[in-house]
Amino acid sequence: MPVDTAVRPVRILVAKVGLDGHDRGVKVVARALRDAGYEVIYTGLRQTPEMVVDAALQEDAQVIGLSIHSGAHMTLFPAVVQELKRRKATDIVVFGGGIIPEDDIVALKKKGVAELFTPGTPLQEIVDWLRKRFPQGGG
Amino acid sequence: MKVRARDAKEVWKEEFESSPTRDDGVETSTISGIPLKPLYTADDLPKRDEEMPGAFPYTRGIHPGGYRGRLWTMRQFSGFATAEETNRRYKYLLANGQTGLSVAFDMPTLMGQDSDAPTSRGEIGHCGVAIDSLADMETLFDGIPLGEITTSMTINSPAAILLCMYIAVAEKQGVPASALGGTLQNDILKEFIAQKEFIFPPEPSMRLVVDSIEYCAKEVPKWNTISISGYHIREAGSTAAQELAFTLADGMAYVDACLERGMRIDDFASRLSFFFDAHIDFFEEIAKFRAARRIWARWMRERYGAQDERSLKLRFHTQTAGVSLTAQQPELNIARTAIEALAAVLGGTQSLHTNAMDEVLALPTDKAARLALRTQQLLAYETGVANTIDPLGGSYFVEALTDEIERQAEVYFKRIEELGGVIPAIEASFFQKEIADSAFRYQQELEQKRRLMVGVNEFTVDDEEPMEILRIDPKLEGEQVARVQEVRRTRDQARCSKALAALRKAATGTDNLMPYILESVRAYATEGEIMNTLIEVFGIYTETAVI
Amino acid sequence: MDGESELAARFRAGDIRALARAISLVERRDPSVRALETPPKGGEGSAAVVGFTGAPGTGKSTLVDALVTLLRKQGKSVSVIATDPNSPFTGGAILGDRIRMQRHALDPKVFIRSMGARGHLGGLSLATREAIRLLGAFGFDQVILETVGVGQSELEVAAVADTTVVVMTPNLGDGVQMIKAGILEIADIFVVNKADLDGYQRVAMELRAMLSLNAPGATGAAASKPWKPPIITTVAARQEGIDELWAAIESHRRYLETSGRAQELAAKRLKDETAEVVADLARQQARLALGEDGALTEQLLKDGSPYRAAEEILNRIGSDGRKRGRG
Repeated sequence: MPVDTAVRPVRILVAKVGLDGHDRGVKVVARALRDAGYEVIYTGLRQTPEMVVDAALQEDAQVIGLSIHSGAHMTLFPAVVQELKRRKATDIVVFGGGIIPEDDIVALKKKGVAELFTPGTPLQEIVDWLRKRFPQGGG
Repeated sequence: MKVRARDAKEVWKEEFESSPTRDDGVETSTISGIPLKPLYTADDLPKRDEEMPGAFPYTRGIHPGGYRGRLWTMRQFSGFATAEETNRRYKYLLANGQTGLSVAFDMPTLMGQDSDAPTSRGEIGHCGVAIDSLADMETLFDGIPLGEITTSMTINSPAAILLCMYIAVAEKQGVPASALGGTLQNDILKEFIAQKEFIFPPEPSMRLVVDSIEYCAKEVPKWNTISISGYHIREAGSTAAQELAFTLADGMAYVDACLERGMRIDDFASRLSFFFDAHIDFFEEIAKFRAARRIWARWMRERYGAQDERSLKLRFHTQTAGVSLTAQQPELNIARTAIEALAAVLGGTQSLHTNAMDEVLALPTDKAARLALRTQQLLAYETGVANTIDPLGGSYFVEALTDEIERQAEVYFKRIEELGGVIPAIEASFFQKEIADSAFRYQQELEQKRRLMVGVNEFTVDDEEPMEILRIDPKLEGEQVARVQEVRRTRDQARCSKALAALRKAATGTDNLMPYILESVRAYATEGEIMNTLIEVFGIYTETAVI
Repeated sequence: MDGESELAARFRAGDIRALARAISLVERRDPSVRALETPPKGGEGSAAVVGFTGAPGTGKSTLVDALVTLLRKQGKSVSVIATDPNSPFTGGAILGDRIRMQRHALDPKVFIRSMGARGHLGGLSLATREAIRLLGAFGFDQVILETVGVGQSELEVAAVADTTVVVMTPNLGDGVQMIKAGILEIADIFVVNKADLDGYQRVAMELRAMLSLNAPGATGAAASKPWKPPIITTVAARQEGIDELWAAIESHRRYLETSGRAQELAAKRLKDETAEVVADLARQQARLALGEDGALTEQLLKDGSPYRAAEEILNRIGSDGRKRGRG
């Protein structure tokens, strides 16, 4: 065992999938995660599921956070989970945010998205969820 | 008289200071953070000549008759699924008393790509209607006489293409372009600043905007060629003053670009229109609308030397604030929207969209869409607010707030100028940073409960009843893909290829591109094909993300 | 750990995820993947390293993106390490350099890694050096290092890159006279990017004048044949000037080899890194000792002499430090 291992922040890849450019939410969340001590890799707008997963692998991210406001979440969120399966990286946790109706949240969780946050969610709730999920690192 | 008034004020002041104040920790500044006094008096009234509606600087309205002459246009933004479905919704809204159409396009259309592009999957028909070619546009306006209604189209990067499609549909209906009325959003600068639906870099993007303004000045003279939008800036998290300042700065950048093209100010300025947000902070919004008119009139006259009175008058559309709506207890959104719509009316808007209560969840159902329209009708016909012109003019508070917002906007104009203008400021991420900072500040205030959102961080309920929402049938996606492929199969391919080749060549030069785009559209070139032709010449833009 | 051997096998089999994980381990100063790094002395498995630094807003990411495009056309595989500072208070960071390199997303011959400069002293350059060796061992032809020129970061780039490129632009308003102290000494190549903006010629001219005034006081092999840093103008967003930039980088590489400077640098870097490793290990031991050993801390607080406590800690390292340091 190495001595005095520098605490390694949990790395979270944050991406906007889909075609819309509404990045207010994703930016506010990224700032809050940074302030909570996480390393946030922001990959920008209009990422395809393939791009998101490829970047997450290169960055050795433990978590992928997806944001979407275009209504394509039922197609694109499961596509990210599928791509993780294809790349044998199902240990990476996926969560999402955006305008997502209740029924869709239930369906998406069944398809392997760990958690979904809708507008109005306090930032602290997202941070608390991550801390519970990754007690060993980050903030 | 004067002495007695001062005495009364002093008495009030003493009594106020000795009376208890609320200690709920909730901010008393405006939602944008402008500090407010508990009371405004005659001392707060600015010293200036009395302002009158219909007269420079138009603070009190651009028409001498206010809404006595004509009510605002009730223009509900709508579109979903396919052209056929949306056409049905339009006919429904027109039958229910709506006075103009406003087209919402889906994301692939807004981003200039066809429905069969790989990145269109899951997006088709979700945020609006899917339009791939002239064929879809013909279906969209089937049975709607374009010479008799006005249409607003919310589209930006591919705006020129959609306008050409509208012109081409009118041609088929036998309506000349010169008879067409409506508005094209066509405001690319706010895309770089806030909404991020950009495709080309700023320079060629501006060329397309100026091309369409120049073309319409001659060929489609009743068309509002651009709707310079603060709405998206505000929704991205800006303050009211930032919304106002950045939008008017964008407006001046378009004016500069047109002048550079060699156009005369009075030949195009009267066709510029604006689009603002009506947020929940009631008086601040009214002050913002009043300040907007005064600033624009002054800049147009003093800086640009506009002579024609119509060039000085800022006309604007308003939409109630999408960000103020909540998924929690969504019925509350009806109340929010009504208050915001009232602010827009008291601020003198020319047209108005009221959000439906379920828009925070999905596209509105028929019932929610009708309720939203009814809210406007209620304001217009039951409340009596339209009977008096600028009813809050002269209010100590509203006049002082109007001046304060104007002052803050002027500070921003100076900073933008120091940065070298709007485009260099975009490239330096100035606006993006300012907006992200404001958004983050507001979010923190919510978390600390220094601002309350009813049903979100206070007055919540545990068991929310699920609301019925509009679902887009996933089958539509395949049908739309088949439709665009059918168009490609059946069109006159030689004519289409020739038109696109001519467009490509023109793009490398300096010709106005509108006639080339119009010919491509007539030849049933798809939106994606036209955009890709232009991308080959113009390239695509990637932003520097500022968080 | 049996995870190590599994990781090593996957790394050697070319699994990108194993490489990514190995870099993470290196970042947290975990020595378990050190066996995967090839010896640092050039030859097979050692990638050429170009470092880019410059003020925020100079377009470094776009420039790196353009260079990657060029190198990919030449058939070379490229890896990029982009560093951004972490918050010294929370340890958190937002790393956003990938955004400008989207053109290369899904290209299996391009690997991009964002690294937070975590603020622990010496940590960045040690971790970066190890990451570079891992990338070389994994088979990448070229490593590009990109860092925002704030604080001491450009010195750290120069400490690990074969060729250091300093990026400037005409539009930042501070001009050449505001150039940071020490930058002239570390730059092997200057780039004036965004050369489509007014004023780029003035920046290049001022830079040239300044370079002629400050001819570097070279030592060793460089003294007889000094390197004169060229000034390249580019418009990275339009891929202009990138061929010239690459030619300059190659020319500098040839200079390093023919002048004997390469060997000197390699030797100096080995020594520097060794000294840093020693310092790093000592620092770890110190934190450990002061955290665990109640008696030592008690003594330290009582007599208030850090030097005496330091001596005690160094003595302990002398007896068992090497063993522990190997992990």
